[in-house]
Amino acid sequence: MSLLELPVSQPGPRAPRAAQSPPWRLIDRIGLAVAWLLGLLFCALAGALVLYFLVQGIKYVRPSLFLTNPSPGFTATATGGFLDPMLGTMLVSAIAMAIALPIGIGVAVWLSEYGRPAALARVAESTIEMIAGTPSIVLALFGILLFESPALGFLSRSSEGVVFGRSFFAAGAMLSLVALPLVVSNVREGLEAIPDHVREASYALGKTKFATTRRVLLPAARPSVLTGAMLGAGRVIGDTAIIVVLLGATLTFDRSGSVPLLSTLRGTGSTLTYYVFYNAPTGEGNQPTKAYAAAFVLLMIVLALNVGVDIATRRSRRLRWSS
Amino acid sequence: MVEEFRLDTEPTRDSDRRAELMLGALVCLVVVLLLGMFAFVLYQAWPSFSHNGLSWFGSRGNVDSQIQAIFNSGTSLGHEVYAFHGWPLIWGTALVVGGAVTIAFVCSLFVAVFIVEFAPDALCRVLEPVVRLLASVPSVIYGLVGVFVLVPLIGNHLITQGSKASVQGIITLNGYSLLAGVAILTVMVAPVMVAIFSDGLRAVPRGWIEASLGLGINKWRTVWKIGVRTARPAIVAGTVLATARALGEAVMLSMVCGVVSFAPNPADGWIFFVEPTRPLASTIIAFIDDLSTPPMRHTLYAIAAVLLLSAALLSFGGWAAKQPMKRYGART
Repeated sequence: MSLLELPVSQPGPRAPRAAQSPPWRLIDRIGLAVAWLLGLLFCALAGALVLYFLVQGIKYVRPSLFLTNPSPGFTATATGGFLDPMLGTMLVSAIAMAIALPIGIGVAVWLSEYGRPAALARVAESTIEMIAGTPSIVLALFGILLFESPALGFLSRSSEGVVFGRSFFAAGAMLSLVALPLVVSNVREGLEAIPDHVREASYALGKTKFATTRRVLLPAARPSVLTGAMLGAGRVIGDTAIIVVLLGATLTFDRSGSVPLLSTLRGTGSTLTYYVFYNAPTGEGNQPTKAYAAAFVLLMIVLALNVGVDIATRRSRRLRWSS
Repeated sequence: MVEEFRLDTEPTRDSDRRAELMLGALVCLVVVLLLGMFAFVLYQAWPSFSHNGLSWFGSRGNVDSQIQAIFNSGTSLGHEVYAFHGWPLIWGTALVVGGAVTIAFVCSLFVAVFIVEFAPDALCRVLEPVVRLLASVPSVIYGLVGVFVLVPLIGNHLITQGSKASVQGIITLNGYSLLAGVAILTVMVAPVMVAIFSDGLRAVPRGWIEASLGLGINKWRTVWKIGVRTARPAIVAGTVLATARALGEAVMLSMVCGVVSFAPNPADGWIFFVEPTRPLASTIIAFIDDLSTPPMRHTLYAIAAVLLLSAALLSFGGWAAKQPMKRYGART
């Protein structure tokens, strides 16, 4: 009941006038109570989620899991750990971000600094929006078509001339499309927050537009670039559909060729998300304890990225332009 | 005139022109990639659509046995079977996405209003990271929670033996259900909505809110009549993005919604909510290993094409819905 009296006890910054106005109608009070309830429910949900995985994680995470590879088996002791999936997660997100960051920054710079002809700018904007709305499973199927084609076939494993289009290259390239919209929108936001007099000051010193962008604007927008990169990486790490389709679904690294790093990149493997999917009761592995442990590690990575985003946004807020 | 002014303030050199062209080319490349995706996917999907016509979207027979027949025909060259009637999958997708987006929309609107206007500062500082965290938790983790917590809960406590017996022989009610899918999908898409809604609400000119408060209208009404109404473009944008996310969710739904392609029937009474279903995206995941047989491949690409076109339609719908709102000076 105390919730219903909140508007009276918490009148906000306009206290004197609010005190004089008539009391809120019942329907408004109920509405506010619902808003409070849902807000607290959100916090409770996140808390419960983190706590649940923390408990399961403490129960099931063993140091040995990080050091051993998955192996076929039917018991928790026989199936090994998730060394390769974890390395796979890092590898695949590194590839994806290595592609998404330069392209994303380029597109964002073009959209915010050049943007001519205007028709192309509009098309580009809706393209980015469309990519953000495209289901990742569709991106995955498109990736199969791309990397099966003779032109890109050399990037993935093949046997007797048949290219399967499945490799770390393929998965990373398609995952970069998942991260791209986030990078573009964040970098663009950061660039557009820089007032024009900063640009004009640079032009007055005789700098070209490109030099201004590279030496003045992008360094100033670095926190936004960082935010975009981390949000993108979060999405990439969490994606499962593209991994299931494009990484070939072999739990350990299955190398293709003999050149050390290239063979891994051309070969197939898995990531933590796929490992969780595989070991869930609905998957083929069905080792719940392993699924919990991997999910815990995954959640910790995501949490760390979130904290990083928090720090980055706080830093970008500290940097205020006087206009 | 405008061009002259630009040249005055922006020094241009040959290298600069080259940089602009290169960035422009990069943008064109991304645009071409998207167009290429439409072309490639539709091209691969065409055999399935052309064999079935509009009945692709209809309902006839059992989809699962049709898919099985399609798969089996892959080995016999020249006798490919393409008969596919995807209504149960489409209906399942519509139910799950529609249910989750509707619930999430209402909740998110309340939460966004709460965060922007009513929450005390301390709670705000907690809520914002919480929303971001919930939005970035991988879908497979949500799926795991669903499988370990929600599905047993529904299977053991919500479904009675009597209702299990009443549909025996057609489907098994074991907790993998529409309800589990909707519940978890709601939690997944709501944070996306909240983030975009609250950005929109924050962009509402403060003066408009203050003017309404000055007229003696209480804060709750002001926020809904002025704030939410002004932020409508952002609300549309958030809903579109969240719906697209829900539409494409494959892995989580394939974990909690069950493995049979059953179309939940509202006429079944409350059992409707606990009936299993399998949306379009999960169907692709379920049969992804059979991608190498040509008829199966075309069928899966046809499903992907339907998803892609719905996402495009959704984008366009959002754009169209925003057009009349632009007149009111509201920002996205």
